[in-house]
Amino acid sequence: MSEDKKTPLLDELEKGPWPSFVTDMKKLAEKKPAVKDVLDQLELSYAEKKGHWKHGGIVGVTGYGGGVIGRYSDKPEEFPNVAEFHTMRINQPSGWFYTTDALRDILKTWDKFGSGLTNMHGATGDIILLGTTTQNLQPAFNEFSEKGWDLGGSGSDLRSPSCCVGPARCENACIDTLDICYNLTQEFQDELHRPMWPYKFKIKVSGCANDCVASVARADFSIVGTWRDTLNIDQAEVRAYANNGYDIKGMVVEKCPSNALEWDGKTLSIKSEECVRCMHCINKMPKALSVGQEKGATILIGGKATILKSAFLSWVLVPFMKMEPPYDEVKDLLRKIWEWWDENGKMRERVGELIYRKGMRVFLRDIGLDPVPQMVAAPRANPYFFWWPEEINK
Amino acid sequence: MPKTDLGPPNYEQFLPPVIKENYGSWKYHEIVKPGVLKHVAKSGDVLYSVRVGSARLLSMDKILEYCDIADKYCGGYLRFTSRHNVEFLVSDEKNVEPLLNELKEKGLPVGGTGNSLKNIIHTQGWVHCHSAATDASGIVKAVMDEIYDYYTSMTLPAPLKISLACCLNMCGAVHCSDIAILGIHRTLPKINHEMVQKQCEIPTLIASCPTGAIKPNPKLKSVEVNPEKCMYCGNCFTMCPSMPIADPDNDGVALLVGGKVSNARTGPMFSRLAVPYLPNNPPRWPEVVDAIKNLIDVWAANARPGERYGEWIDRIGWESFFKLTGLPFTDKHIDDFIFSVPSFRSTTNFKW
Repeated sequence: MSEDKKTPLLDELEKGPWPSFVTDMKKLAEKKPAVKDVLDQLELSYAEKKGHWKHGGIVGVTGYGGGVIGRYSDKPEEFPNVAEFHTMRINQPSGWFYTTDALRDILKTWDKFGSGLTNMHGATGDIILLGTTTQNLQPAFNEFSEKGWDLGGSGSDLRSPSCCVGPARCENACIDTLDICYNLTQEFQDELHRPMWPYKFKIKVSGCANDCVASVARADFSIVGTWRDTLNIDQAEVRAYANNGYDIKGMVVEKCPSNALEWDGKTLSIKSEECVRCMHCINKMPKALSVGQEKGATILIGGKATILKSAFLSWVLVPFMKMEPPYDEVKDLLRKIWEWWDENGKMRERVGELIYRKGMRVFLRDIGLDPVPQMVAAPRANPYFFWWPEEINK
Repeated sequence: MPKTDLGPPNYEQFLPPVIKENYGSWKYHEIVKPGVLKHVAKSGDVLYSVRVGSARLLSMDKILEYCDIADKYCGGYLRFTSRHNVEFLVSDEKNVEPLLNELKEKGLPVGGTGNSLKNIIHTQGWVHCHSAATDASGIVKAVMDEIYDYYTSMTLPAPLKISLACCLNMCGAVHCSDIAILGIHRTLPKINHEMVQKQCEIPTLIASCPTGAIKPNPKLKSVEVNPEKCMYCGNCFTMCPSMPIADPDNDGVALLVGGKVSNARTGPMFSRLAVPYLPNNPPRWPEVVDAIKNLIDVWAANARPGERYGEWIDRIGWESFFKLTGLPFTDKHIDDFIFSVPSFRSTTNFKW
């Protein structure tokens, strides 16, 4: 019956130069009835300007509280092959590197148990496998597990940490983002697979302040590579840029946010104490400038999108932390933060919102960190501050 | 019993030899041409990465096609980027041009580097989500078709990152994008009183509202919504399926501009409201496409070299932005949520 359905609206999305998901799905639909039904249901959505998926539904695999998201069509009679069309999140490898053998192996299992549709990748970083039945979830998981793949996070747990390409292919990487991401993910498997917190918690690791995985915007806990000493300047390469006609004054020196650079036509000098390590000059002259020697990370806390109490950008918690295996310092910090959040957080309260509600003062004291000026853009402008009992004359 | 808590496989086994040998020892990179990165290691070794835009929503056959290409030119190594691109990792320079030719033949777009349009990160939309106020993949396809040349060239003043989230939950966080496309609702949730008591925990439902618009209705053993306080975020629907908020006649798209996440020059910035509402007009959302085209054209014509969208607006001022783009400034643009006052102008310094 569903073979007769046409998709005139979606067909319009087969035109134009950008890769068409419709064309791609139509081909898959020839061998996957579920994908045919997704297309037909989507066509209905396009006609009615309205989605046709039901609200949630709890499904899962044995031993896990997350990693699978239930999805049901609200028109199962019309689209029986997507009556159940659940998502599996497979934890991605650090930096999204794959061999073709590994990808083929994943797809073989997904072909066997699922629709063959994917997202590469989901917003948090996981491999998203779109569409299977309740019955197929456990056997699919068993086979993935057999092949060495595991589920990612969902619900009120640690979401799959993600990281930028880091030292694998970037000269700017101040920390080993791939190893940190892998190490933390392995360390916190229980937190990742068994939701036990007030809400979700995201960790993202960027190798430098360019923040290619948007950790400050998108992670509750942002690890951003940086350095403490002076960036390196190769004067011969600087002059080579100048000789090639590059506008060092206009594109680099004058755009330095803290006026830390000077260029006299021969030598580029830096006032190291003025440099805020924003990466602009290094981005513009990668052959001549590079990150410093004393490397580590700035840890920021609280980033999230708008729901519920406005969007927050993560703010500085630890201005500089050395990041070397086994990363005990950052693991201890994470455990302290989770304990505090778990004890004080309301249901569906992100850690940033809890800090906003309780105050940085309380948060810092409870996790044992001292306040430093790097944590704020400016001190408060009101006189409404609290004192601790021991600070008052008895 | 299957093994649990394996975690992801160790990434090291997926790194090509040139990366293993030069891990942490890269010297510099350059963009040879749009979509082609050349990384040079301290050892002198070279790695080319060829970046190809994908639709994110991919069939297994499309991924197998990528695999075939990577087997042919990359010794079987590839990666994906945080913005849904595929990167073919080529360690033999001789393979770059043949790879580019094959990609061209197959119609796979190469680009997204340097001062280009980046691939649009986006969410599920009507393809696979219950709370979508608009579709995701369809709008992205329509927009990318229109501004395709900006992906495959590097002619913009600075990088341009566009993101789409199909509802305010923003499972793809769009709040720090040069241009954010955001699915919005504009009408109250329709309460199914009979089902609320069966499906939902009422205190949790009441607590879920960021403006305190929901109060109990003891008579019906349900809740009611204060229309003066509800701003249609849909968080109540997330907590309670009996509060559906989708409204085909009124749902649509808002556009926000000027956000960024990099710290280069200026710190991360939020995107801010430019267009409060455009209708859902599938299959190709012409109003959204035109509005985005206009936003890009005005920036491209007026920004100085190297100026990201938000940096350009910071320099010229929002009043000039609205003048140049011809967009009407409305009461919707003035914040009235909880942190609004710092966004008001408390100086007499402004432009006409």
